[in-house]
Amino acid sequence: MVNTKVNLSGWEIDNPVIPASGTFGYGYEFADIYDINCLGSFSIKGTTLSPRFGNPTPRIAECQRGLINSVGLQNPGVEAVIAHELPELKKVFNKKVVANVSGFSIEEYAKTCAALDKEEQVAILEVNISCPNVHNGGMAFGTDPIAAAEVTAAVKEVTTKPVYMKLSPNVTDIVAIAKACEEAGADGISMINTLLGMRIDLGSRKSVVANKMGGFSGPAIFPVAVRMVYQVYEAVKVPIIGMGGISTAEDVIEMMLAGATAIEVGAANLVDPCACKDIITSLPAVMEKYKIKILSDIIGGAH
Amino acid sequence: MKQGIYTISENTRLAEGIYRMVLSGDSSACTAPGQFINIKLDGFYLRRPISVCDWDESSITIIYKVLGRGTEMMTSLPLGTELDVLTGLGNGYDLSKSGDKPLLIGGGVGIPPLYNACRQLIAQGKKPTVILGFNSSADMFYVDEFAALGADVLISSADGSVGVKGFVTDVMKDLDYTYFYTCGPTAMLKAIDAIAKTSGELSFEERMGCGFGACMGCSCKTKYGNKRICKDGPVLVREEIVW
Repeated sequence: MVNTKVNLSGWEIDNPVIPASGTFGYGYEFADIYDINCLGSFSIKGTTLSPRFGNPTPRIAECQRGLINSVGLQNPGVEAVIAHELPELKKVFNKKVVANVSGFSIEEYAKTCAALDKEEQVAILEVNISCPNVHNGGMAFGTDPIAAAEVTAAVKEVTTKPVYMKLSPNVTDIVAIAKACEEAGADGISMINTLLGMRIDLGSRKSVVANKMGGFSGPAIFPVAVRMVYQVYEAVKVPIIGMGGISTAEDVIEMMLAGATAIEVGAANLVDPCACKDIITSLPAVMEKYKIKILSDIIGGAH
Repeated sequence: MKQGIYTISENTRLAEGIYRMVLSGDSSACTAPGQFINIKLDGFYLRRPISVCDWDESSITIIYKVLGRGTEMMTSLPLGTELDVLTGLGNGYDLSKSGDKPLLIGGGVGIPPLYNACRQLIAQGKKPTVILGFNSSADMFYVDEFAALGADVLISSADGSVGVKGFVTDVMKDLDYTYFYTCGPTAMLKAIDAIAKTSGELSFEERMGCGFGACMGCSCKTKYGNKRICKDGPVLVREEIVW
């Protein structure tokens, strides 16, 4: 028997596999085809203070080993998430969730987090300062260490739940941003969000997605994610939730060796709805193959 | 929605760039005409969403158009190839609203989902009229198949090489009907909505990420709120559409 449990800021989860925000909706679509209680947890669709429709369509462009999305944080707003989505989710998922939050001002981040702070179902807040698909917000806070620290401090003030800052890879030095968040009180780092990308249709000579650019994710970005998690692990003491192209149990182990305590699976859910279940099912055998008895022992093992 | 492995038992050319593929396997997730399936192809990251033309107890028939490298590759898949497919996606048409004389209007590769609808309506004793629109006789397909079901089939073509010269709306404007079901290019759907005399259901296309409601890649605004074309659609009722 192997032990797959990991601990995020005092919250123990059965295994490190967490579907990433925006690729798992609020869970119901997946609960139709498998019992999602096998998951370590999952990160709910990015929530903002007010409802958002998001960007015009087309929002999706296929790439080699990945896709570009420019959804633009479509969500029903925090009030509806608390009144409707979380109670509905409770019917199919009996574990606590990661609440992913986004905003367009420091006040908005704080208000949304304050509202979610009261929710018993929420284990940790994952504060997205890295969405590449919205203007005047999102990634703007995640590309400057001072702004990232300000959001972190503002959120920490309104919640007692652990705060994980979700970082953008679209920066010169992700280590500086991670350290700024840690110094401002972040309980953990969640990384990486999508890489800003673009595809052009040869026929129309226009961008495939209506918003011109979007976030590139999928197995193609996995090496970039591993490298960044490796670098940040050396610079911070707080736990890291690692993500970026993870599609197999081997990827999970590689990301944990780089320094992740838990991992998120994003794009793979969209191509294969059973991706997370399959990773969790195959994890014990892969652990045995690499002589791992206690999964948490390998965190940062490559350093 | 169900995920399964399906075996290609037919993959034949019907017209210029138009192919029919029969996939043998579990069809139990198919519950209404107008639904689609999502096919995983080696070497491509996203699945290919294709509307269902017809199904029986042990197979699903699709008709697809070569639009890019993925559908191009599909044409070369030999019989016996196994494919990973998600089935039973989307809402489909509600045939209970048809009335006695429903009108079915298909444009190009929007025609296939109307085939099963037509078959079911005739089995229910309804008298459907079918309008099929093509660019020219070279890309014409399934005219005989609809006629064989017992439907009245009318044809339009943009270049006049077959049927009425013009668009499906040029045929539709003179007809009487109790309800309509349509699928085709957005411009065609909009033109139909502009002249339709009754309520009806329109099936929309959009670039999709997942095809089962998770990614919000294909959202649209309707009078009844935001909807996902893949999950809450692809069929929308006329009254809810925001053009």
